[in-house]
Amino acid sequence: MRLEPRAHVPFWLNIAAPIAAVGLAFAFCALLIVWAGAPVLEAYQALLRGAFGSVFAVTETLTRAAPLIFTGLAAAVAFRAKLWNIGGEGQLYAGALAATYFGTGLVTLPPLIMVPFLFLVGAIAGGLLLLLPVILKLKLRVDEVVTTLLLNFVVILFANYLLFGPWKDPLAMGWPQAAPIIEEGILSPLVPRMRLHSGLIWALAFAIFAWGFIRFSRWGFQIRAVGHNPEAAAFAGIPIGATVLRTALLSGGLAGMAGVCELAGLKGYLTLDLSPGFGYTGIAVAMLAGLHPLGVIASAIFIAAIYNGADAMSRAMSISNYLADVLTATALLLVLASVLFVRFRPRLR
Amino acid sequence: MEILEIFVTLGFWGALVRMATPLIFGTLGELICERAGVLNLGIEGIMTLGALVAWFWVYQGGDLWTAVLVAAAAGALFGLLHSVFSVYLGLSQHVTGIGITLLATSLSYFAYRMLLPDVTTPPKIEAFKPYPIPGLSELPYLGQVLFTQSPLTYLAFALVPVVAYGLYRTPLGLALRMVGENPMAVEAQGIDVHRLRTAAVMLGSAFMAVGGAFLTISVFDAFYIGMINGRGWICIALVIFASWRPGKALAGALLFAAFEALQIRVQQASSAFIPYQFFLMMPYVLSILAMIVMSRRAAYPKALLVPFRKGER
Repeated sequence: MRLEPRAHVPFWLNIAAPIAAVGLAFAFCALLIVWAGAPVLEAYQALLRGAFGSVFAVTETLTRAAPLIFTGLAAAVAFRAKLWNIGGEGQLYAGALAATYFGTGLVTLPPLIMVPFLFLVGAIAGGLLLLLPVILKLKLRVDEVVTTLLLNFVVILFANYLLFGPWKDPLAMGWPQAAPIIEEGILSPLVPRMRLHSGLIWALAFAIFAWGFIRFSRWGFQIRAVGHNPEAAAFAGIPIGATVLRTALLSGGLAGMAGVCELAGLKGYLTLDLSPGFGYTGIAVAMLAGLHPLGVIASAIFIAAIYNGADAMSRAMSISNYLADVLTATALLLVLASVLFVRFRPRLR
Repeated sequence: MEILEIFVTLGFWGALVRMATPLIFGTLGELICERAGVLNLGIEGIMTLGALVAWFWVYQGGDLWTAVLVAAAAGALFGLLHSVFSVYLGLSQHVTGIGITLLATSLSYFAYRMLLPDVTTPPKIEAFKPYPIPGLSELPYLGQVLFTQSPLTYLAFALVPVVAYGLYRTPLGLALRMVGENPMAVEAQGIDVHRLRTAAVMLGSAFMAVGGAFLTISVFDAFYIGMINGRGWICIALVIFASWRPGKALAGALLFAAFEALQIRVQQASSAFIPYQFFLMMPYVLSILAMIVMSRRAAYPKALLVPFRKGER
């Protein structure tokens, strides 16, 4: 098989190809549902109901989408500059750790300042954590994929140490959890009696900010240039090192804010099940969005819907909710391939 | 000094050799892929898949060695899937690899939950027993450490010279190394670059899957969610540490296993002063340190991460 570049890409193909890919992913998972011995249509109906079937379901899906928007943006911004930050999970926990450190009584500010302050310290912690592998990459050419991945384990073990040791809340009846974030730092609820909180507004704001930054600012242009062709960018006088460092701070910062969003928005205290792999799922979110910051909003809601829907489905019938992970992974791979077929025409010899 | 006493116990050295086994399989597998120019980040998921497949095969009453073969075949299948995306379609190897890991891991967990819906404690299986090699296992000290191990451990150690010979002394190995350095030169020789890379990724992935299988059918005797626990990523660091050479990969795996075996024992001796989480961090921190130390000498295969498209320069 040969791939020929298309001279002209029809507009409808740009939209149809990813949709077809996601459709294929659902078709593949239908096979798994059949294998599990459940009726496919009813299973998918249960999934849809669980994701969007009621006000409660919609708010739950949006609640889950908020951290995914942050981690999706983190991956999208970094991948734009060909910086392979796979450490979103660790940066998320770093952000939550920093917010716990400052937000549990060390600093007390009025709510209007306290919440942005917590996001700021979370972002700084996440950014600094990514800075280490990026400096190693720039100075010593150490591959950042492996270092960011390995740091995830280190940070989570460190959080584990703190929660079982010095940070363990004595009032928590022996559970490994930190003291609660003070009242002023809690993200306010958006819908009465639902869990949806203003973290979603923050996430949307940062998606628009990231889009504007990448699209219109000089630094954003430099990020894109370095990602497209580092040699040409260097030749044109773009400071590669500084651009990569800025990208790292932005990407790590966004992932760190995902941790603050979950921490201050949901339980209000740090536990070890803060994130069910939001950092890793963020990569799928970013790829489904074609690394476009505004697209990240849609794909985060889509993936959050799959996860919430799968939870509801697994409660209704005996299908494991790991199906959501399978669905995300197949969608990721197939959308990746579909984008290629938009740009290239497959020819059999 | 308690810590020094650890080094004179045979249990420590035996554990070292046992713990090195999955790392040897994984590192050799990743090395083969990368030598052919393909970074295989699917390793973590493929090891999980191998662990599940082999465990399930034995759980269903299958034979242990057949389980190893079935795991290898499953690994090769996912290697093929990786190649379709990364070699034939020339998509980003990073994203493909992450996708393969997500897919293989989630499929394994999904299958595990569907196969055993009501079980809370993972059921044990009849696993590989240590097989003392007649004669050699009678040797003082060495016999107990090196020659009273699981048959899969012997296989792992035997594969190191086999892979080294294959890479450096056979025409196929030469072509494989060349396809990772200069695929156009390989094509000029009339060899199909895509097929050769696919074969390498499939073989490497089979190795990874056997590494995962070792954990379920030779160490833990059961399958757990999250049991690979970053071992695949450590193998990727080890490949860099080993400068893409099988012999050094063995040395790296042993060094790592030594550290792991040591930390478990030091942990027991000193848990009063140092929290155990810091010991658990050590393999990951050490991997990063190893990469820093070797970074100046890292000679990446030149065509690593570069997709090959016919007629394109």
